[in-house]
Amino acid sequence: MNLEILSSDLLNVAMLAFMGVTGVAIARIRNLFAVVMLSGIYSLLGATLYVILDAVDVAFTEAAVGAGASTVLMIGTLALTSDREKAMPNSNAWKGLIVCALVGAALVYGSLDMPLFGDPMAPAQQHVAPRYLNDSMAEIGLPNAVTSVLASYRGYDTMGEVFVIFTAACGVICLIGRTRRRPAKKSGGDK
Amino acid sequence: MTGMRRKIVLRVVSKLLIPFILLFGLYVQWHGDFGPGGGFQAGVIFAAGFVLYGLIFGLGTLREALPSWLTRVVLVLGVLLYAGVGVVTMLMGGNFLGYNVLGATPQGGQHIGIVLIEFGVGMTVFAAVMTIFCAFAGRAAADVNPVDDIGGDNG
Amino acid sequence: MVDLSFPGLLNYWFVFLLMLIGLYIVIAHENLIKKIVGLNVFQVSVFVFYISVAKVKGGTAPILADGIEVYSNPLPHVLILTAIVVGLAMTALGLALVVRVQESFGIIEDDELRALEDQQEDEGNNA
Repeated sequence: MNLEILSSDLLNVAMLAFMGVTGVAIARIRNLFAVVMLSGIYSLLGATLYVILDAVDVAFTEAAVGAGASTVLMIGTLALTSDREKAMPNSNAWKGLIVCALVGAALVYGSLDMPLFGDPMAPAQQHVAPRYLNDSMAEIGLPNAVTSVLASYRGYDTMGEVFVIFTAACGVICLIGRTRRRPAKKSGGDK
Repeated sequence: MTGMRRKIVLRVVSKLLIPFILLFGLYVQWHGDFGPGGGFQAGVIFAAGFVLYGLIFGLGTLREALPSWLTRVVLVLGVLLYAGVGVVTMLMGGNFLGYNVLGATPQGGQHIGIVLIEFGVGMTVFAAVMTIFCAFAGRAAADVNPVDDIGGDNG
Repeated sequence: MVDLSFPGLLNYWFVFLLMLIGLYIVIAHENLIKKIVGLNVFQVSVFVFYISVAKVKGGTAPILADGIEVYSNPLPHVLILTAIVVGLAMTALGLALVVRVQESFGIIEDDELRALEDQQEDEGNNA
């Protein structure tokens, strides 16, 4: 049992390291097609990590959405724009690094009094989670607690999310939904 | 996007795969109560089948199978189904989205309510992904071939 | 009791590293598509943070079955599940805006767009 826990923790850290390497590659590579592909790989690694961390439903969604649908959309955008990124000025790198160092220091400082990873006594595990796990079988009658919480206990939340998706789809229709009949003018066209 | 129409391997394999992708989408939709799955995942997987079809056979062919008015109607119907279940539970004397009143027993009511709203979620997500994909693909087709109607030839 | 000393806080620090990579891409890079990819990197790191908070050592996935005592917390899973799909919708909206910017100006580099805007403002003032 302990060996099992240790191996899953090691896998967890290994996946995070892989994601870090992929992230650095995304930041450094200037060919946007490669960047989009790497972001798909990054999402897929994330999905694997979710399986290790017991979130099977989330892993499912991430694999379908992050590695599938958003990669297709990004490649579609590349087809409409260009797949080369111009070199950025050096001053930007310094600005970015300074901001990241400050934010990182604040995050690490904030994490120092957090409960350790996997602590069953952590505050996050205390409030409503025991109710969902112990009583949802009697109250809802479904084995998958995630579905019970998503659709019933927090159904109002999920309705908001569905409205957000609906609104975003409407926004995309408004922005680029109508096909242009005239040949594209490259600059100063739609004004 | 038009170049892929000539690749025989892609055409044959995708024709074999698409029914199974759609079937898997339906399985994820209706089995989400018992295992991993649910409306969000099912919507994206179901849409992935149609996106594959559009990528291989062109947007015009996809639009014949799935006209744009249909995706827009499904987009709205999903949201209405979700909110409508809430209104029905209120009319039946319960709280908004309190499914207990829908069935003879509280558990039965919960089950009916959850299946309905998951279906609403699945419809909206499917239609949203299709709408977004077709908007991007339509722009690309218009760019490549501005005189023709969006890639609607017979291959 | 299970041993909590590894990975402990280290796990969160790795996640912060991913978050900072995403933040760096958004701040430093000028290309709008690259910025959206950076936002995606940042977003996935936030998801990983939530999911690791939900993890209970020695637990299993929250699909209730006989003979299992310890489950991970289902609530963060629900929040992140919906957030992923909303993230896709928002990415699509951002990419649609990028396409419109490209069609109107022919460039998608932020600094060049700003320069173009300044130039147009100057022309407006001179006229």
